[in-house]
Amino acid sequence: MDYLVLGDEPHLQANECANCGARFFGRRNACASCGHREFKEVRVSDTGTLRTFSIVYRAAPTIPTPYVSAIVLTDDGTSVRSNLINIEPDPTKISLGMKVKLDTYVVGTDDDGQEAVAFGYAPA
Amino acid sequence: MAQDIWVLGTHMTAFGRYPDQDAVDLATAAALGALDDGGVSISEMDLLACGTLFQANAGMGQQVQKQIGQTGIPVYNVSNACATGATALRTVIMAIRAEEAEMGLAIGVEQMGKMGLLAGGARKEKNVYEPSGRYGAVMPIDGILGTDTMPGVFAQAGMEYANDNDGVGFEQFAKVAQKNHAHSTLNPLAQYQKEFSLEEVMGSPMQSYPNTLLMCCPTGDGAAACVLVGEERFATLSREQQARAVKISASVLTTDPYVESGAMQPDVNTLTRNAAQAAYEQAGVGPEDLSLVELHDCFATAELIHYDNLGLCEPGGAGDFIDRGAPWRDGDTPVNVSGGLISKGHPIGATGVANVYEVTTHLRGEAGDRQIEGANVGLAHVIGLGSSCGVHILEKSGIS
Repeated sequence: MDYLVLGDEPHLQANECANCGARFFGRRNACASCGHREFKEVRVSDTGTLRTFSIVYRAAPTIPTPYVSAIVLTDDGTSVRSNLINIEPDPTKISLGMKVKLDTYVVGTDDDGQEAVAFGYAPA
Repeated sequence: MAQDIWVLGTHMTAFGRYPDQDAVDLATAAALGALDDGGVSISEMDLLACGTLFQANAGMGQQVQKQIGQTGIPVYNVSNACATGATALRTVIMAIRAEEAEMGLAIGVEQMGKMGLLAGGARKEKNVYEPSGRYGAVMPIDGILGTDTMPGVFAQAGMEYANDNDGVGFEQFAKVAQKNHAHSTLNPLAQYQKEFSLEEVMGSPMQSYPNTLLMCCPTGDGAAACVLVGEERFATLSREQQARAVKISASVLTTDPYVESGAMQPDVNTLTRNAAQAAYEQAGVGPEDLSLVELHDCFATAELIHYDNLGLCEPGGAGDFIDRGAPWRDGDTPVNVSGGLISKGHPIGATGVANVYEVTTHLRGEAGDRQIEGANVGLAHVIGLGSSCGVHILEKSGIS
């Protein structure tokens, strides 16, 4: 993903509207909130809270299930769509509002041996 | 507001599976049924709007004309996700309000077969990673960065409400499905007509927590249609036609305004609230005046949050609303007495017309075993992800 910046400190990078401060992942032609056309790149906080989740059992055939889909609200107020990782897919183990932290992992290796890195949020 | 508009005739096919018919057959059955119900002919129609999602480029409206009468009138083929049917209705309503038509036909149709889970793509078994698409992903993100699947997306919408409000959890969501399955046993047009206990609902296979299989709408086939007429033409109709007509006292379509989290998780709340508020203002009624509501229960989690979005319960009170049985057919505000999408079925393009059919049928006092006695005002709501929300408020004619 273009908005996942790897390196020593993997983190997410958003495009922030220079006028109203609305944040977007990926390129935007103009701001969906105010229509302004200038953006600046900002680093998104690595920590946040669990805003909502679902434990997905049914998906397309090649998608491993169950997994925990989540929306995280970062400490600097940005919503991020991701999976919860390093946690059992059990509703009694997952609590709304729990503290989470960004983490990265290898999600696959292609036929040329190149690894794909994904991000998720683990209990903090 | 502009002139009054009336539902003169309406019809829906039973929802279900029609392996021996195609979408044109289904749409035609609904169209002819609506014309007959209104006591009018295709030659009296000034306009036809036809909604279908999965055959959006098929020229469905023109195909239907070839079955019921090629009179040369303008056809608008529309597609707007699960709000497709409501959009077809709105198209005819706008044309009448603009005085480009006096009478028109709105059709919604879908033939889905057993297409299974909507959205959420498979990953290739073997490949070479190349960043592609707007976000530079090297593989489909479904299942890695959250879920694209509908049961999951709407599960998250429900769990967000649970995060913000007390007294909402798995059991409250399950009670919604228990109710709608029970309601469907009285509706011969419903795809499924089987009652389930709360334990059976909660114990059925989990799809996306907290939505179990029995808390998800099925795929299916079906069609519905309405003949709509404006005030001047209405005045020329027979007393019998006028008496069975139902007044459209509000017709609203909204899209989702910007909210911070909207790009990550579709916001199905704000546009519903905006549509409901505009519709109540147009109609001059409040949620307390509604005899029945047909709302977009694609998943049980969705219905529960729309109690609040449509103002049927106190703010934050959707859990208590279902716990005390308020949306049951004998409760304060009967919701989805047809069985809802969960049990009546959800052939996508048909849904937004079918719920107007349902409300109309009750306001006419013609709903048979499932009739809500004394129904005089009803609301029909749909949401199409992406997003669009259609709300129609209908009133009994008062002409006898």
